[in-house]
Amino acid sequence: MEALQAKELTLAYGEALIIDRLHLTIPKGKVTVLIGANGCGKSTLLRALARLLKPTGGAVLLDGKEIAKQPTKEIARRLAILPQSPTAPEGLTVLQLVKQGRYPYQTWLKQWSEEDERAVARALAATGLTELAERPVDSLSGGQRQRAWIAMTLAQETDIILLDEPTTYLDLAHQIDILDLLFELNEKEQRTIVMVLHDLNLACRYAHHLVAIRDKTVYAEGKPEHVISRQLVKDVFQMDCQITYDPLFGTPLCIPYGKGRHILQKEGVS
Amino acid sequence: MKKYITVRMGNYVSFFYDKKAAVVIAALGAAAVLLFLVSVGSGEMSISPVEAATALLGYGEEIHQTVILTFRLPRVLVAWLAGMALAAAGAILQGMVRNPLASPDVLGITGGAAAAVVAFLALFSDENNSLTVSIHWLPLAAFLGATAAAWVVYMLAWKNGLVPLRLVLVGIGISALMQALTTLLMIVGPIYRANQANVWITGSVYGASWQHVSFMAPLVVGLLLVVMLAARHVNVQELGDELAIGLGSAVERQRLGLVLLSTALTGGAVAFAGGIGFVGLMAPHMARRLVGSAFGALLPTAALLGGVLVMGADLAGRMLLAPTEIPAGVFTAALGAPYFIYLLYRSRKT
Repeated sequence: MEALQAKELTLAYGEALIIDRLHLTIPKGKVTVLIGANGCGKSTLLRALARLLKPTGGAVLLDGKEIAKQPTKEIARRLAILPQSPTAPEGLTVLQLVKQGRYPYQTWLKQWSEEDERAVARALAATGLTELAERPVDSLSGGQRQRAWIAMTLAQETDIILLDEPTTYLDLAHQIDILDLLFELNEKEQRTIVMVLHDLNLACRYAHHLVAIRDKTVYAEGKPEHVISRQLVKDVFQMDCQITYDPLFGTPLCIPYGKGRHILQKEGVS
Repeated sequence: MKKYITVRMGNYVSFFYDKKAAVVIAALGAAAVLLFLVSVGSGEMSISPVEAATALLGYGEEIHQTVILTFRLPRVLVAWLAGMALAAAGAILQGMVRNPLASPDVLGITGGAAAAVVAFLALFSDENNSLTVSIHWLPLAAFLGATAAAWVVYMLAWKNGLVPLRLVLVGIGISALMQALTTLLMIVGPIYRANQANVWITGSVYGASWQHVSFMAPLVVGLLLVVMLAARHVNVQELGDELAIGLGSAVERQRLGLVLLSTALTGGAVAFAGGIGFVGLMAPHMARRLVGSAFGALLPTAALLGGVLVMGADLAGRMLLAPTEIPAGVFTAALGAPYFIYLLYRSRKT
């Protein structure tokens, strides 16, 4: 089952071609992670999947129908997008922010229905922000702030959630925290999650489906354990590495070459 | 969640309001009413606020009723309405542009309205200094001037999106251009209009009459209600384009609608009260400090503050050097210009 599809998708900023006739199928109810070198177009692709960017060719299909031809408000009830490092207006409280997630359900006179109230309460509870609901977003720590934004997309109650680098600027503990939260949403509620991640090892741990972007198109996709190899990392990131297995999870672990302090005995390295 | 007031009627009507904001708004409303009573009571014949209230209700001394109802009430009401309209216009613009420097005067919208009004006066008045067409066309001219200026500023400032600083710079440029145009129109226009237009441009409610009020009040109050109901659209715009689109907002269409609401409010204010400056800049910013960014709370707070500012400026202008009148716009500018510099200074640091 597919949630989102890209067909012959071509994306450009003015003259600059970013994505060229790309085909991609996002599996329903799974966590999909897009990886690739800086500037490879993975964020651009994500933006197009969320109809933030108009394709110059091809189409994005949501439930088999072209996304550009569906009413934007209806899409917003099925698909949520969290762009990279969003900023909240000065002094806006967590509750006020999370409430915005209900925008696609509101009308001129129906601005705070019981469903709205329930959805916002659920989103706050799921992100552990119920206690902080009255705090201004700009007074929160980086991790809490990101949780608040995720809560807003949760309040949107969509089957599909797209996130552009949801862990940027967070320390490792908070990165795990956010990724666990998203993974749980997928496990418990079968939500389709699509995100761009920079950390290859975390991508391998959390993704059911990994998509590597190179040369304006999909270079490889599939389960991380099938896809990741020395050659792929070399081709996609122009970097030499060794692939081993995560001692905790058994998922692929990429260890890059490079300079640094060698404290192992030479013969200890194979 | 007892910090909030929730109103629900059946499945189709439901609203939500922040209690703290409601308290601030009630207090500001009370302050505005008090200032209003002081203002209609002040003048050559001094009337206490209590007596003024009595007279307004149709009791008390007949002379009080005559002075207040005939002479003072229209101008005070026009000042109040103009202040509310300008502040609301500024609040919309600041939310949309996501920058506290945006306001109808900084962006040249007030200037456009003023130029259009002076052109209108020059075109449609006779030697007796009276209009040859109905005064009801005046706000339309102001609205068209305001919209034209907003459109020009937008076209010139747009380059793969709107950068606030570029918008402000283009706005200041267009403002200066509009001022030049206004001056030109006054010089080439009939001399008998020039002096009056000059006072009017600075922003004065000196000549306000019931005819003005009867037209302006429904216009401004109606527009404010529409803006209030559209608050959620401003709220999503404040999150930025990408999030707004993601949440299902038809960003382009709503932006157009909001700009038109803003220029209509500016036009309505400028047509009857002249180019009262900086109210649209100060009031929304002060309101943000008081009740935060949620537009449903911000808008009424800003509107009441704007009303208080202009009524206060008008009162000061009447009383300080009585019997000489100083246009209200002189005071709002004296207060607003340093405020603008302070905001510029703050935005430089971030």
